[in-house]
Parts: sequence; C-alpha cells; structure tokens
Amino acid sequence: MKTIHALIIVPLFALSAAVQAAGGPGARLDPVKVDLNDQKSLLNGARIFINYCVSCHSASFMRYSRIGQDLGIPEEILKKQLLFAADRVGDPMMAVMPRADAKKWFGVAPPDLSLVARARGPNWLYTYLRSFYRDDKAPSGWNNLVFPNVAMPHVLYEWQGHQRAVYREEEHTHIDKDKDGKPVTKTSKLKVFDRFELERPGTLSTKEFDENMRDLVTFTVYLGEPAKLERYRIGVWVIGFLLLLLVFAYLLKREYWKDIH
Amino acid sequence: MSDEDMDIKRRTFLIGTTCLGLVGTGFVAVPFIKSMSPSDRAKAAGAPVEIDISKLRPGDIMVEEWRGSPVWVVRRTPSMLASLKEVESEVADPGSQKSKQPAYAANVYRSLKEEYLVVVGICTHLGCSPDKRLAAGAVSGLGDNWQGGFFCPCHGSKFDLAGRVYKNVPAPTNLVVPPYHYKDANSIIIGIDPSDKKGAAA
Amino acid sequence: MSNLLAWIDDRFPLTKVWREHLSEYYAPRNFNFWYFFGSLALLVLVIQIVSGIFLTMHYKPDASLNAAGVPVAFASVEYIMRDVPWGWLIRYIHSTGSSAFFIVVYLHMYRGLLYGSYRGPRELLWLIGVVIFVALMAEAFMGYLLPWGNMSYWGAQVIISLFDAIPWIGPALSEWIRGDFVVADATLNRFFAFHVIAVPLILVMLVFLHIVALHKVGSNNPDGIEIKKKKGPDGTPLDGIPFHPYYTVKDIVATVVFLILFAAVIFFSPELGGWFLEHDNFVQASALNTPTEIVPLWYFTPFYSILRANIYNFLWIDAKIWGVFFMFLSIAMFAFLPWLDKSPVMSIRYRGWMYKTALAIFVVSFIVLGYLGTKNPEQVDLILLPNVHWAGICTLTYFLFFFLMPIYTRLDKTRPVPERVTSK
Repeated sequence: MKTIHALIIVPLFALSAAVQAAGGPGARLDPVKVDLNDQKSLLNGARIFINYCVSCHSASFMRYSRIGQDLGIPEEILKKQLLFAADRVGDPMMAVMPRADAKKWFGVAPPDLSLVARARGPNWLYTYLRSFYRDDKAPSGWNNLVFPNVAMPHVLYEWQGHQRAVYREEEHTHIDKDKDGKPVTKTSKLKVFDRFELERPGTLSTKEFDENMRDLVTFTVYLGEPAKLERYRIGVWVIGFLLLLLVFAYLLKREYWKDIH
Repeated sequence: MSDEDMDIKRRTFLIGTTCLGLVGTGFVAVPFIKSMSPSDRAKAAGAPVEIDISKLRPGDIMVEEWRGSPVWVVRRTPSMLASLKEVESEVADPGSQKSKQPAYAANVYRSLKEEYLVVVGICTHLGCSPDKRLAAGAVSGLGDNWQGGFFCPCHGSKFDLAGRVYKNVPAPTNLVVPPYHYKDANSIIIGIDPSDKKGAAA
Repeated sequence: MSNLLAWIDDRFPLTKVWREHLSEYYAPRNFNFWYFFGSLALLVLVIQIVSGIFLTMHYKPDASLNAAGVPVAFASVEYIMRDVPWGWLIRYIHSTGSSAFFIVVYLHMYRGLLYGSYRGPRELLWLIGVVIFVALMAEAFMGYLLPWGNMSYWGAQVIISLFDAIPWIGPALSEWIRGDFVVADATLNRFFAFHVIAVPLILVMLVFLHIVALHKVGSNNPDGIEIKKKKGPDGTPLDGIPFHPYYTVKDIVATVVFLILFAAVIFFSPELGGWFLEHDNFVQASALNTPTEIVPLWYFTPFYSILRANIYNFLWIDAKIWGVFFMFLSIAMFAFLPWLDKSPVMSIRYRGWMYKTALAIFVVSFIVLGYLGTKNPEQVDLILLPNVHWAGICTLTYFLFFFLMPIYTRLDKTRPVPERVTSK
C-alpha cells in the first residue's frame, strides 16, 4: 500500500517541480488587490462604470435595483445619481447607444460587460485599463498593450493623460531543428516592450488614476458575480455547522465501533 | 464501563447527530424552496404601471397590464353611479367588508374618486377574466334588469359597476382593488398607495 | 406502529429488504479509507439530481438571441445566478457536483484496482460499473453544452467532429448527432433532453443494478478474502459485521467530511481556478470566435490526451481515426480487467513488485495524460526535455498496463493470503 503510493507520488512531485521550473512566457499582467468589502471602492467603481462605460457597453444581466441593494444606496439617490440610462430601478443596465449604431461606428458592437471580470480576470482588466497608448496607425488614435488593435478608444485619457510605449531590443536564443533534424542554436532580435512614458499628463496623478481603475475593477468583479458578497458570509456558517455535525457523527461512530475493536 | 453507560452515551450521540442532521436538512431545503418564489425579474416586471386616463371617455373602460393581470379603469357616468344604489340589495358584500381592497377604496364606490373605478379584472372565483357588460338592459344579454357590470363566462359570476359580486353566484368576494394613486388629474399609478408615493410597492 | 409495519409487510417486503440490505447485510469488518467512495458516489448522484431538477425550473435550452444580443440559454444561466433567489447556490452545487462526481468515481475505481474488486465472482458488478462510468461521461459531456458558453460550444463542436473520422458513415453520423451542420439550437435542445431525463434514468437504473449485484456477491475487502467462506455457528460470516449500524455511522462521518470539502469549494472557490468552471465559458457561445485553447474539463483530459497522442498514419488508416479508436479503447479496456488479471491473489497487499510498479506507472501515466490534456500540444513538448512526445509515451504505458497484465500477473511473486481478514 505505502509502496505503491510512494511509487505514484514521487514521480508526480518531480514532474510538477519540472513544470514549474519551465514556466511559460505570457503577457505580463499587473496584479490588483480587489476587496469586495471595501464599500467606498465599490461605490466609486459603480460611479465610474455608470458614467463612462454604460454609454456604450451594456451589463444586461445586472439590475440597477440590485446594485442599490448590495451597495446600500437608497433608492432616491440611486434614481437621482445613477439612473441615467434607464427609466426604472428594476431595469437591467442597457447601453445608452443602440447596438447597431455602435457596430457601425466601431466596427464591432461593444461587448456586454456583465461577466468580463470572470472571463478575463481582474489582473487583465486592471492592466488593460492602464495600458492604452498613442498610436497614429490605429483608427481611433489609440492602441492597447494587452489587447492589440482594440476598437475602443482611450475613454479616460483626460484622467490618465497621453502615454507612449517605449520598446527595447533583446537577443533571444532558442534551440530549433534544422532540415536534417539536428538541433541548432538560433539567435534572433526581438522588440520587447519596456515601459510607458507619459507624454502629456492628465488631470489625475498616476497613483490616483491607478486607484480609480482598481475601484472600477473591483466593481466589475462584483458585477460578474453579485452573489460573491453573500457567498463568503454564508460559507463560514455552513462549514461551522458541518464541523459541529462532524463532532457528533464521529463520537457516534466511535461509540458503535467499540463493539468491533 | 457498564453496558448501561454505553447505552446512554450511544443514545446521546444518536439523538445529537439525528437532530443536527435534521436541522441541516432543514437549512438545505430553504434555498431550494425559496428559489421557486418570484425572481428579481418577476419583481421588476411587477413594478408600478402608469396609466394615462386623459383619453378615457365617460362610460368607457380601458385595460392595462400590471403584474401580468388585467387592470380595468372604468370612467363611470352619473347614471352608472346611480345604478350602484339600486343593486345594493342584490350584491353579496355591499359594504366590501369581506373583500380585498385598500382602506381608501373600502367605500360605496370602491374607488378613490367616485368617477373612476380601478379593479383587477380577475374573477375571485377561479381566476378567469370576466366579460365587460357595461351597458344596462337587454343589450347585455343578461336580462332587462341588468344594471351594467361584469359577467364571468367561466362559471356565471356577476359583478356590478363597482366590482361587487352578486348574491348566489360562485364568486365569493368582490373584485380586488389594487393599490393605486393619482399622479395628477390625468394619470393613475397602479401598484403604489397614495400614502407611499415615493417607494415602490412591496 | 408495529401494526402499520405488519400491514405494509403483508403487501411489500419492507422489513425483509431492510434486513437483507442493511441490518443483516454482512460487510467485511476491515473496510478502510478507499471504501467510502461508493456511498459518496451515491450521495453525489442524489445531489446532482435534486439540484438539477431545480435548475431545470429556470434554465432555457434556447440558442436564439434575446433583445440584448445574448443567447437565451446563456442568459438564463446568468438569470439563475442573479435573479432567482438562491439560484447561484443551486447552480454552484450542480457545477461543483459534476467535478465531485468524477473525483469520487475515479477514487472508487482506483480502489477496485488496488484490491482486485473486479475479480471473480464480481465480474458483472465491475462491468455494470464500467457502463455507469461511460454513462456518466456522456451525462457530463452533454451537460457541459447547456450553459452555451464559448467553451461549451467549441468543446461540443470538437468532440462531435470526432465522429467525422469514422469511415463511410462519419460525416452523416455527426450531422445526425448535431441535427445541423454545426452545433446549433437543435443540438442544444436534444442534449438538454438527454442530460435531464434520458441519461439520468439510465444512470439511476444502472446504479440500482450495481447495488443488487454487489449484495448478491458481497463486498470485497482490502485483504481480498472471501468472508463468506468462514462462517460462525449462527451462519453469519466471522469477519462480517452488519452494514447497519456499523457502516452507516461510519459513512455518515465520511459524508460530513465530504460535505465540508464540497461546501468549501461552493462557497469559497466555485471556479477552483478554472478547473471546475472554465473562464472562457463566461463568454457566450459564438460560432465565429474559437477560444485560443479548447480544453475540456479536467475529468476528460486524460482521454482527450490519448485522442491527440497518436501522430502517425499506419495500416493505411489516418492518425485522427486511430486517435478516436485509442480513446474509445482506453475506456473499454477497463471492461476486460477481470479476464486480464491472472494473479492468484486479489489484493495489492499480497501481490509482488511487478503489479505494484505496473499500477504506479499506470496511475502516473493517467495523471500526466490528464495534465497534458489541459495544455497545447506544442507547449507541452518543451516541458522537461525538448522533443519528447510525452503524451505518446504515457498513452503507450497506459495500454501496456492492460495488455501486459496477463504476463506480469502470472510472473509476479505473491505472498500467502491469510485465512482471516487483518485489521489495522
């Protein structure tokens, strides 16, 4: 029994170490700390989302009333301050711009953002929102590092200012096969992204802008799964209850099995 | 340890586990049962409805949908209102004591303003929507003595022009009056009481 | 109370069934950790059926687009997640349950390999189990299409296209399965029908037969000894104990432990980092955009790897067709186990180093295949040593475990099996 499990676990362990060592090249994403219990952050994110995103994007699975309930916004304030794009608080968040028009102008209809945080992940969103840069070749004048040739222009450029991407050259060596199948070492030069340079500052400092984008990402994480707020809260009670049940179930089992041992 | 001690212990743990298990099962059942009650979408669809009554002529009726049910608004003429007194002895619950309506509609006319009747057009018997037989007399097909009102084709229940049910028909109570108020002279909001104009109906 | 029982017993064998299958069903006294997973599988089946019924009340199998341009099926899942009271919990129970089902069933099968539970007289019991496993895979595969996410869509597209590889009838067959030229509304609707009624009915019946067969032959145990051979003066097995109350109270403990783990996933990490719910499936199905990597859920990846492992055309047959053949064969091989194993003993405790090594290589191959199935084939090639076709090697060792079994189980030097079960 023990032999066999040692025989299984040792090679798997070695393998997992090897896999980790190999790593993998991927887009470098800036990590973001999302705290759904931070009411202020959520509210600020909601405000930015409703003021800037909902004009083109929908979040058709989300009702305004739910945001009001979950974030503790009284209905009067919800109606006055956040309900621009809908008539009733129970309405879903539909884009102000009709889909067909948007498709005509941008070439693609802006995607629904209800689930964007679940599909892309918060780190991707956070990096994406901060990675717009000037590109004269792009139709909108803007390009994005993590979403090349994105159709959306930089909506918040007044806040962030104009960024320029700076590249450096790097030499890469890799092992390849030649025609006979022999391995040969090849060198190639690659243009690699180095950093952003702020050409023209915006109305916000980099720190302020990053904080606002963190809030926006926090709100989209909530938007992706509103139940997340209660899920953690209820989970603690459920597991606590089950642990109590486990104590009783174990004592019961031990009591009965005294007959056997 | 004696057998008796063992038995007591065993019983304690057995009862403890069983009770906790039952409580747990009860907890688990709650979400499943609640998942069958109206969803947020159903609640949003049940939100208040505004009805424009400026084009409603005297003696006419208009129908609007509220929470998936027809709501009737009848603009009653003076003669229609007079008929309510005449049928008083024939209706089952003239004072609307056994029927469902907001306190402000528990009067003879069963309405806020006597001119306009607002009722849910669903028979209190088994939920059919009655026919509108507003005209009095033989044209209604309900005999010469008919004073105008509603007739349910399903089981023959009859209601007067205040939605009051006649005696000796299957329907037990008067037609239901929904919560409503006048936003202004020309529009009615269905679903919100006059005292609670700001908030949505529960 | 006793009058009522007598009344029922005259009309239905209630007391008899209770005695034969619980209070006087004698199970070996030496069950260990590996013997929990049968009853846990039954528990998960019940969880899936109950949560599934409640999901069906709100889910709509409809691929047409709603006013917001979202497929109705996809929107109805989000409706469950947001608008239905507690809908999110029921959905997570069901999605976590599907992965839990496979975890439990794989461990249950591994138990069979450890202690030779497939050996005579339990061949039929094992065969029913193999059919349950196949039905479970069909159930999971069809259920995965229902959320109508982009991974659902392309996963179904790729797997159904496998049937294209079958000579002559392939293309017509896959069109018939889909009911359209691509995966479409017709496919969604029929998968819904199979997932919610046809396959569950079959599963429940098979599980019933599995238990009937088990109670006919009696449970195996970690020593691989037939407890029925040694009976006491009262005619009950000396090494047996009544299933109820001893194993019922023991299984309750296991159930609670399982539920704690289950709840931990549901409440704290229902996606489990993309292993239980894939990120790409939060994007609605689109016939125009394929996800960058089409990856099945983890429980299918070992077989998915075997499907892609063969890259050679041989015997005038296409590599792709061989892949499909190997994949189906890799599942079917389990059915032959009772006749491939020639060892004089059943349990791993009394087997020699050969079987132990073979089983270890098999399990490692299975897990490595599962890992490789989650990766791009080119990516994987570079891990560890360049240009090593790991999927091919593991597929080979996977099959060698079965094909060489008659040889190494005969050669293996076994230890003597004791007369009575041992308990630690």
